[in-house]
Amino acid sequence: MPSGVIPSPKTGRELVDEYFIENRTRLLEIAAFLDRLDRTDATLVDRDYRVRAFREALRLLEDRPATAAEAQTRVERIQHLLSDPTTEPLEKLDVKSARGAYDRWQLGVA
Amino acid sequence: MRYIDLHAHMVSRTTDDYVQMALTGCVAVTEPAFWAGWDRSSADGFEDYFRHLTDFEPKRAAVYGIRHFAWLCLNPKEGEDRQLAREVLRRIPRYLESPTVLGIGEIGLNRVTRNEIATFRDHVDLAIEHDQLIHIHTPHLEDKYKGTRTIVDILTEYDRIDPSRVMIDHAEEHTLPIILENGFWTGLTLYPQTKVSPERAIDMFERYGTDRICVASACDWGPSLPDAVPHFALAMRRRGHSADLIDRIIYHNPIAFLGQSPKFDVGTDSARRNGAEKALPRSESDAKSSAGVAAA
Repeated sequence: MPSGVIPSPKTGRELVDEYFIENRTRLLEIAAFLDRLDRTDATLVDRDYRVRAFREALRLLEDRPATAAEAQTRVERIQHLLSDPTTEPLEKLDVKSARGAYDRWQLGVA
Repeated sequence: MRYIDLHAHMVSRTTDDYVQMALTGCVAVTEPAFWAGWDRSSADGFEDYFRHLTDFEPKRAAVYGIRHFAWLCLNPKEGEDRQLAREVLRRIPRYLESPTVLGIGEIGLNRVTRNEIATFRDHVDLAIEHDQLIHIHTPHLEDKYKGTRTIVDILTEYDRIDPSRVMIDHAEEHTLPIILENGFWTGLTLYPQTKVSPERAIDMFERYGTDRICVASACDWGPSLPDAVPHFALAMRRRGHSADLIDRIIYHNPIAFLGQSPKFDVGTDSARRNGAEKALPRSESDAKSSAGVAAA
């Protein structure tokens, strides 16, 4: 990942000291969300594009760029995974509001 | 601390929110016209809304020493109705004369349909015709990347648009570079869920610097915080950034963009409060008019 224009005033160790606990909490919230889905319907990942997108995004969390020249960060790669990659406008308005993920697997909503 | 909230839908907020903003150092807000959460039934409904934005709201803000400015348009969520859009656009020019209207906005796209694009182009043409600043909404969630690309592609077709007079708002990590590379201003809107957290906004400043980037609350009728900008400032301090850097982002950057309109002026404390003089209702009839700020 390229270095920033404005350097972080904190060292890596200081960032961990300051932000580890709150991000640990977020990690456990995601784990609990997935466990909750498994308890209710473990097949959702095959039947609901939002769940599929969520699971695929989780894989990208551990996928570090191989070189510094690889500019896309984790958050950028997840944003693109969740985004509509098409370029043609819709002929007509289909729904008023977005749902948070693009159905690139044609799964629909469970 | 002092700040300008460049994107705040105050018609959806209570007077207590103005108090909270004033207490945390807000000296000015700019309010783009937007979707009410339901579709308005006529151009008359929009006209009432424009009167609210240009008459009532500046006076309500002035009571707390906050300058209030507005942007006018038919928003992207209602842009599919071409007939309504044409009628609303026909009525906008006379409101552009208002001393607190800074330009056309927040125009843009919602689901990126052909009609939305046509309505967006009509607004851009109107802004060019009247030499107005432009404030642009980019779509939410999965539609943001496609919508931002489409908006940038359309705007770069115009040779009469100066990108430094255009703010393309609601940027996120995957759209910020497209906007900045083409010379536009951009905004990071600090939302609890669907847009950008203070921490992610700080990451983007660290990566790209502070040129042509603002932050705003975009507070509205949904889950949002009217004091999101001071929360951002607090997060900046927690990350170890200096007071000067924070001031540049939350005060000087909005002035650099908005100051391109001769109408924009944050004024002095006393000048801001003078605007409240006319706002206080003197009689029952005043209280019922748009000049009154007393709740019914």
